[in-house]
Amino acid sequence: MNFLENAAKTLDFVGEERRVTRGQKVLRKLLENKGAVFGLIMVLGVIFSAIFAPLISPHDPILQDVEKRLLPPWGQVGTDPNYLLGTDHLGRDIVSRLIYGARISIVVSVSAVVFSAFLGTIIGLFSGFYGGKIDSVFMRLADVQLAFPFILLAIAIIAVLGPNLQNIIIVMGITGWVIYARVVRAEVLSLREKEYVMAVRALGGSNGRIIFNHLLPNVVPPVIVIITLEMARMIIMEAALSFLGLGIQPPTPTWGGMLADGRVYLITSWWLATFPGLVIMLVVLGINLLGNWLRDMLDPRLTQL
Amino acid sequence: MKSYILKRLFHSIFVLIGISVVVFIILHLTGDPAALLMPMDATSEQVAQFRKEMGFTDPLLVQYWRFFKGTLHGDFGLSFRHSQPALDLVLERMPATIQLTITAMIIAMIIAVPVGIISAIRRNSILDHIGMTGALLGQSTPVFWLGIMLILVFSVTFQWFPSSGRGTLQHLILPAVTLGMFSMARTARMMRSSMLEVLGQEYMKTARAKGLSPRKVILKHALKNALIPVVTIVGMELGTLLGGAVITETIFAWPGVGRLAVQAIYNRDYPVVQAAVFLLASIFVLVNLIVDILYTYLDPRVKLG
Repeated sequence: MNFLENAAKTLDFVGEERRVTRGQKVLRKLLENKGAVFGLIMVLGVIFSAIFAPLISPHDPILQDVEKRLLPPWGQVGTDPNYLLGTDHLGRDIVSRLIYGARISIVVSVSAVVFSAFLGTIIGLFSGFYGGKIDSVFMRLADVQLAFPFILLAIAIIAVLGPNLQNIIIVMGITGWVIYARVVRAEVLSLREKEYVMAVRALGGSNGRIIFNHLLPNVVPPVIVIITLEMARMIIMEAALSFLGLGIQPPTPTWGGMLADGRVYLITSWWLATFPGLVIMLVVLGINLLGNWLRDMLDPRLTQL
Repeated sequence: MKSYILKRLFHSIFVLIGISVVVFIILHLTGDPAALLMPMDATSEQVAQFRKEMGFTDPLLVQYWRFFKGTLHGDFGLSFRHSQPALDLVLERMPATIQLTITAMIIAMIIAVPVGIISAIRRNSILDHIGMTGALLGQSTPVFWLGIMLILVFSVTFQWFPSSGRGTLQHLILPAVTLGMFSMARTARMMRSSMLEVLGQEYMKTARAKGLSPRKVILKHALKNALIPVVTIVGMELGTLLGGAVITETIFAWPGVGRLAVQAIYNRDYPVVQAAVFLLASIFVLVNLIVDILYTYLDPRVKLG
């Protein structure tokens, strides 16, 4: 009897195992990787902060209060219990500003990454598929672009055009296409000689059909991997632009802008510059860890990135 | 070999021309460079007068040709602010930037290569974990924040190093470490994976089977081969460093080309911006040309394509 019960349990268990979906398998693998879990928590945390900023911020991020200027964070002498990480030189709450800062960071970097991924993937697909003149024009263009110190080019262009959300996203997006184009092109070069592409062609499939229905789905995994890793770079880039005063303009809170303010008060009030940078670092670290895990899962060949 | 070098040279010249086009276009992005260059309070007659004087009314191609001929002679026009030739101003600052960049590169390599090797040899040991966690953190830290934190700790708190300026060796340490951190982290990870790949090769087994001491196997056989891919990225890293120099120089008030360029952007001193961007990009192209040519001597397996 005991034996039968055990057997039933075992069988049941096997049945359950079989019912495990692909999503659950991926989730299980994710949970095995401590770094990836940390990364996921960071990424979800930032997205959550960005969306629900008005609900979770303890204070108004823009409201100035002269009497509460430069209050130190908890654990220091002369703190105010209402301000966990203290206040800045205009008496604004650091925590609230960090939470609202996630908005600009996420909006700018996600838009720039999506824009550059779209641009780069299209160029890579056409370059790789058609080859010839189109290919050499785009690849030489890529060489020219890679020769510029990226940040210098970006600040020069934004200084000329003016620092607003649209310009910043466009400039960051345009400067990011090269890596997608190169990877997608290399992939397409090998894919276009495959039998199934020949088969589609023999059946009378148009070039557009081959490119979008048959080549595009195959380049999606590497593109996703690059998107995650580029997100990290774009977050730092947005912060760098704000730090140099060429990002979204005050009083809108940005992490880079907070850092620039904090630099002025470094000697007297260390917390102003410390916390925004710490947040940027943790978020970027999280994205990198998640990106590394994704890369190992989806496309281990991309280790060079 | 000769034809490869010629081809590579031709390619570099093409990229340089591309760079000059981009540098020229920056000024014309708004469509009205005269309005951009004149002070805010200039009357419309003054702007019109200036437009004529500068030849901005000519067709764009004519203007580009004039600009291109100028760059061939090293003539980017006079700096509006300093009324000196823009190129002279940039060249004056060049030694400081080169000193900073090379020191950063040396610090990065001196630390990254041993860390990568030890991590690979003692894979999954505590040393490996510490090294690779550090590398991941280094890759996730924004340059500008790292610089500020180093100033906070080593200049403000301990007063070991000055926080700004150039002169003694002490002035050089903090900016060079700041600038080199990202490259250091990336190179350490790359060195580790390159070393691991070499250690798994058949000829390593042979070397060990011959009865060579472990030290000799690693230093003579593994290291030499593992270093090859690392050497190639040195050229690419230089681009990262020149870009990072723009921000590092701004933070540490290092009197280099990057800081000059950023100041020129704020002052709307566009001839200086153009000269600085053009020169930095050209250095990058030149160094990569040299690295590529040297590489063909270092590794005969490289395809001369």
